[in-house]
This record gives sequence, structure tokens and C-alpha cells, in this order.
Amino acid sequence: MVSSHDIATLAIHGGRTLDSHASSLIFPLYQTGTFVHDAVGVDRGFSYSRVSNPTVNALESAIGALEGTPPAVCFRTGLAAESTLFFSVLKAGDHAILSKVLYGGTIRLFREILEPFGVTASFVDTSEAANVEAAIRPETRLVFVESPGNPILTLTDIAAVAEITKRHWLLLAVDNTFLTPVLQRPLELGADISVLSTTKYIDGHNATVGGSLATHNAELAERFRLIRKTLGSIQAPFEAWLTLQGIKTLPARLRLHCENAQRIAEWLEAHPAVARVYYPGLASFPQRELAQRQQRAPGGMVSFELDAPYETAIAVLNSVQLCSRAESLGGLETLITHPASTTHADLGIETRARLGISEGLIRISVGLESPADIIADLAQAFAAAGCAARAQGAANEIR
Amino acid sequence: MKFASQLVQYDAAPGDRYRPTATPIYQTATFEQEQADRFGDFDYSRSGNPTRKVLEELMAKLEGGQRGFAFASGMAAITAVTRTLRAGDEILADSDLYGGTCRLFTRVLERSGITARYADAGELASFAAKITPPTRIIYAESPTNPLLRVLDLRALAELAHANNALLVVDNSLMSPYLQRPLELGADIVLHSATKFLCGHADVTGGIVVVNDAKLADDIAFLQNAEGNALAPFDCFLLQRGLKTLKLRVDAQQRNAQAIAEFLAADPRVDRVFYPGLARQLGSQLLQGQASGAGSVLSFTARSVEAAKAIAENAKMFQICVSFGSIHSTISLPGCMSHASVPPEIAATRELPPELVRISVGIEDSDDLIADLDQALASASCEQAEKLESPNFDVDRNFV
Repeated sequence: MVSSHDIATLAIHGGRTLDSHASSLIFPLYQTGTFVHDAVGVDRGFSYSRVSNPTVNALESAIGALEGTPPAVCFRTGLAAESTLFFSVLKAGDHAILSKVLYGGTIRLFREILEPFGVTASFVDTSEAANVEAAIRPETRLVFVESPGNPILTLTDIAAVAEITKRHWLLLAVDNTFLTPVLQRPLELGADISVLSTTKYIDGHNATVGGSLATHNAELAERFRLIRKTLGSIQAPFEAWLTLQGIKTLPARLRLHCENAQRIAEWLEAHPAVARVYYPGLASFPQRELAQRQQRAPGGMVSFELDAPYETAIAVLNSVQLCSRAESLGGLETLITHPASTTHADLGIETRARLGISEGLIRISVGLESPADIIADLAQAFAAAGCAARAQGAANEIR
Repeated sequence: MKFASQLVQYDAAPGDRYRPTATPIYQTATFEQEQADRFGDFDYSRSGNPTRKVLEELMAKLEGGQRGFAFASGMAAITAVTRTLRAGDEILADSDLYGGTCRLFTRVLERSGITARYADAGELASFAAKITPPTRIIYAESPTNPLLRVLDLRALAELAHANNALLVVDNSLMSPYLQRPLELGADIVLHSATKFLCGHADVTGGIVVVNDAKLADDIAFLQNAEGNALAPFDCFLLQRGLKTLKLRVDAQQRNAQAIAEFLAADPRVDRVFYPGLARQLGSQLLQGQASGAGSVLSFTARSVEAAKAIAENAKMFQICVSFGSIHSTISLPGCMSHASVPPEIAATRELPPELVRISVGIEDSDDLIADLDQALASASCEQAEKLESPNFDVDRNFV
């Protein structure tokens, strides 16, 4: 595959660099645990599927093509990718700096596993790059940034942070799950490692779970493979195969996700029951300029705060009929979540408040249904939860 | 190579550059052409697929034939074989036939001007008298389902060939491990692969194996023309199941023998049909053409009510159609697997309504016998209670 091709072309052809002997248009599913050796110590590049597998390799080529890197390294889940990353570059006594607004699972990984092993972490507001520099200690090895951050889409200026990490000889990893390389290019902005939960937009069909790490640094990639082999965190062949099929429509899907998300964000912003909408495509988004500079499009995730308490947010979620109450994001189906009670429940109310995750915050992964149908569903859910009526009442009082 | 070795020792992926031990699943619809006017070994998965090819070649070898074909179901396999006929041709079949085959022959083929006639193939002279000039296929199962009658396959092959007809044998009940009809002179052997070949009741499939190049070309043409070939993933599962065919059949057969002996000695059972019992009609014949009696057996209860009560009270025998899986199952052929026999045919064949068929799995034989013992005991009690309600009827909508 020629890397100068447009990303829409790379998405379809990137996994085909490894052709099979049968000329099958679709790369075969090597559902095998082991491979036969031609002689003692002589294999044909594959020996055992915990180490590597042709179908997983095909997915790695496809993701590498999107990232603009050599083949990525694929993992059983997004968290398996992250834990392999952390165990690859951090050891006891080392220190990492992470975004304050971060996926709850990453925070838990540090708190429950890495910190007991003697790795320390600082969670800083990376939306101000200077905070990263201020947190650097002699033992700092890694900066890990999520942009947009989950769930209120706080952006981090990746180029600005990269300038700092380069100056201090630190590694910069960026979790690009919300945008994928189609909409944001962390490695071109100076990051060393691009992290993806392929479960989300990359697969796009809510059919698999998986993760990947991509880097231009061959030594680092080798290290990831060694640790993956050691931890046994490689992706399964069937999941890799399904992801390979999903990835082909990624650019087309993302275009529609963004279009629908923009419509829904605008509708929410105009709704009297909604106190605040977080979406980089809105003029009201505080980091709008950075979004336009750093991202190719605003993405498919919209968060909003109801002008109502915790119970009302729960009632809205319980009243949706078309949208599904489910964790995860990035699939064809519109998913609606209440971070305070699900993805960020482990953090506790105080930490959530510090991170700007209010108890009434609702996150929507906008799917590919007709936006009019999604809006109608939200409208009826608002009405059923009583927030539309009260908001109407409030509006009347003002008049 | 002996049979047990053949099940395991074969090239799982001929020509594959990575030498996987398990056959890759080519979940692809189409294949790339190296040149516009030239196809490789594969062009389109309906016509041919690398995963299917490995299975088909393995089945041909196991049945001692030239070429094998995998179909989407056993009925699709039987249908393909009957497609070699044309209007005016006739099939002469043994009268104790699987209900679905009977339905195909009578309800479907007659629309194409093909006539099926039935006679007891155990009575060779009267069976031969039914052959007419248009008879093209002599069709038999042996042992038959569900009465386990043993037919003389060598004699039937001679009879067919003397009359310019083909002998087609449904070998589902035996599997090539116990019986290889092509070696006995049959022209076509076919299977519901759903049964012993798969063994785990997780695939619906059919197999046809032939020993004649012209016939093979015809079946290959029909398989492609009608588009009933087995799907790649099912081919993979079937190959996986085949690897333990011998182990499973050995274990199942041991259990079946113990159960047949238990039933034969039990006064609550009327008659037992299992050619593994030395005094059974056909047991000698079986020894001359098969290496075992298999693990399907049937018996008659004292009444229809008792038969139904036995099936419902047995806890380790699941009530289901099909047979040959590692799970023990129980059924009443009269109202389940053979309910589709047209009434006019049913009237001419012996199918006692109080017949119970069991397919013996790989559970512990002591457990299975204890379960049947308690089921027979409960059935006796229930029957005593129900003597006062003579209008009790078998539920005709059992399946």
C-alpha cells in the first residue's frame, strides 16, 4: 500500500499488504493456536498465536496504514493495550503524568495495579500544556494524554505537550480513541505513541473489543510485542478479522457520525432543559480554536448537562427508546451514558466534581440512525423525565 | 495410514505460506484474479473455497472415494444427488427411511416428474422385483433409522449395477469410521454431517462422496449451480469435530452397548432394536460390512403413553431430533423425526408409535442407565394412573 493514498483508500486496502496464497479478497481468519515448523527452529514467521498470528498481523498493517506508521501492535482490549504500554516503559520508581480528564479504566489501572507496583502518577490538567512541564520530576518517563478527554471532551494541545516531552526526553502517548487517525494525527503532532481502543470507531459495529499501539519507534514497537507476548495480551484472530472488516468503512462512518453529532449538539444547545453542551463543533466550545487547529472534524461524541439533578438525568436515560443505555461508544447504534453512575462511578463524587463531571452530565455516542429520529427520542425522554415541562415553566417565568 | 491417523494427519492448509495447524477460515465471498482473463484455484466462494476444499478432500479420503462435497445440510446433500436425475426417472428406496428424505422424494421430486417407490430392501427378491427400466437410483440407509435394520449393501450394489442404476447410501448413522459404503460397492455415499461427523451438534451440514470422475463433475457442477455449499466457518467447525470422530464413536458405542443390554433385560421394555446385540437379526450381516453397531438404538415401550412418559422423565437424555452428538438424546420418531413421512407411505412401513429412539452420548454409562431406569419406573407409574383416561393422545406438534 502506498502511504500517500488518501485515508479512505488506506482504510480499505491497508490490511491487504499481507496477501494470502489463495488470493482471497478478504484476508483469511487463521483460527489456529499454533503453526508447523519446517525444521527444528525453522518456522515461516509464525509459531504460536499468543506471539503473532497472520490475521492479527493483517489488522496491524491496516491500523498502521491509517496511523502512517509501520504495523501497529494489537491487543485483546483497549486496556490491554494501555497496560502493555505502561509495563513496557515504566518500572518501579518511575513516574507518569496523565490527563486529569481521563477514561475511568485508565485511572483504575494506575490506582489498582501500577501504583502498588511502585509506579507513581500525577493527574494534571493537560489542557494547559504548562501544567505538564510543572509536573515533571527527575523520575518521570511517560506523559499520557487523552484528547478529547472522556467525558467532557476537554482538549489537550498535543503539539504543545509534545514540544515539552521532547525537550525533557519523555515519551508522549496519546489516546486517540475518540477521533481515530482519520480525524486526528497525534504522531504527526509530535506524540511518540498513538493508543486506540479499537472497540470504538475502528471496529464501529459494537462487535468486538480490542486495542492498538502505533509508533514510528521500531525499538519501542518491538518492546510492546515482547511485553504482549509475556503478558499474553494479544488480540484474538476472530476479533481481529471482524475489526478488519469494520475498519474499511471507518472514514465513511466518521463523516456521518460527525454530521449527526453536529445536528444533535445544536438541537441540545437550543433546548431549554439543557444547561450546557460540550461539543467541539459548537461555537460555544471553549477550546474551539484548538479543535479546529488540531482535529480534522469535531467527532461523534456529545456531552451535555441537564439543568436538573442526578435523578432527572437517570430518568432521562431510563426513558429513551431508540438510544441504547450502554457503555462503550463509536458504533452504529446511538448509545447514551450517565458517566457519574457508570464509566466514572469508581472515582467518587468529589473526584468527579474536581474533573468537571457533574452528576447531571449525560454523554451520547451519536450513531448512524437518522438524526431526526435520535432527536425525537431525546425529546420524548426529556418530556417523560419531566425536565422539558419544568424548563418550559422556567422560560415562562422569565417572560 | 489407519483411520484414526487419517482423522488427524493431513495438511490442514495445503500451500499456505505460514503452515498453521488448523485450517484458516477463508470467510470471503470472492477472490482476486491475477489476470483479467485467468482465474486462480478459487474465484468465488459459492464455487470453491479453500477452507471447504480441505474438508471435502478429507471426507473423500475418509470414505475411500475420489471426491467429496460439503453442503449446507444433509438434505442439501441428498437434494444434490437427486438433481442428477431427470423427469421420468425413478428412485427405489428402502421403506425405513429418514422422514425428511421421504418428504423430499415424495413431496418435492414428484413435482419434477421423478417417482420414488419404497420397498423392504431387506427382502432382496421382492425388492428387486420393484426395479423398473427407469429406476436410476437405489437408495438406502444401513442400519436404518429408526429401526436399526441392517441391509446387505454389497448385494444392493450388485442389484443396482445389474440394473444400470446407482446405489446411494446414507451413512449418517455409522460414519466412515464404522462403515465405508463405497468400499462395499456403493456409488455415492452421503451424510448428514450434523450427526457424528460434527459430533457436537453445532453445525448443520451435509457431505457427498463419489467414486467416479464423471459423477464428481456432475455433483461439483450442481453444487455451484444451486449454491448449497457449506459455509467456511461451518467447514472449520466440522473439521475440528472430525478430529475426535474415532474417540467419540468408540466411547458412544461402548455406552450404547451397555444400555442396549440393560434395556434388553428389562421387563418394562418390549423390544430393543440394536444390531450390537448378538441375537438381533442383522447382527451377523453388520459384522460383515461394518466395524461396529454405532450408538443409536431404539426400543418399544408398553404403550404410546409410556413412550412419551419415558422421554419426558429422562433427565440426562435431552428430547431432540437429530442424533450422533456427544450429548445423549431421546426422541419418539413417530411424532418427531419421522412425522414428515407422508401418511400413505407411513401406512406401508413399520413404525410403531410406541417406539423410542435414543442416541447415546459420551456421558458415564452408569449415569445414563440409572437415568433410563428411573424414567422407565416413572413411566410405569404414570401409565398406571392414566389407564382411566383412554383418550390420552400423543402431542402431534412435538417438533
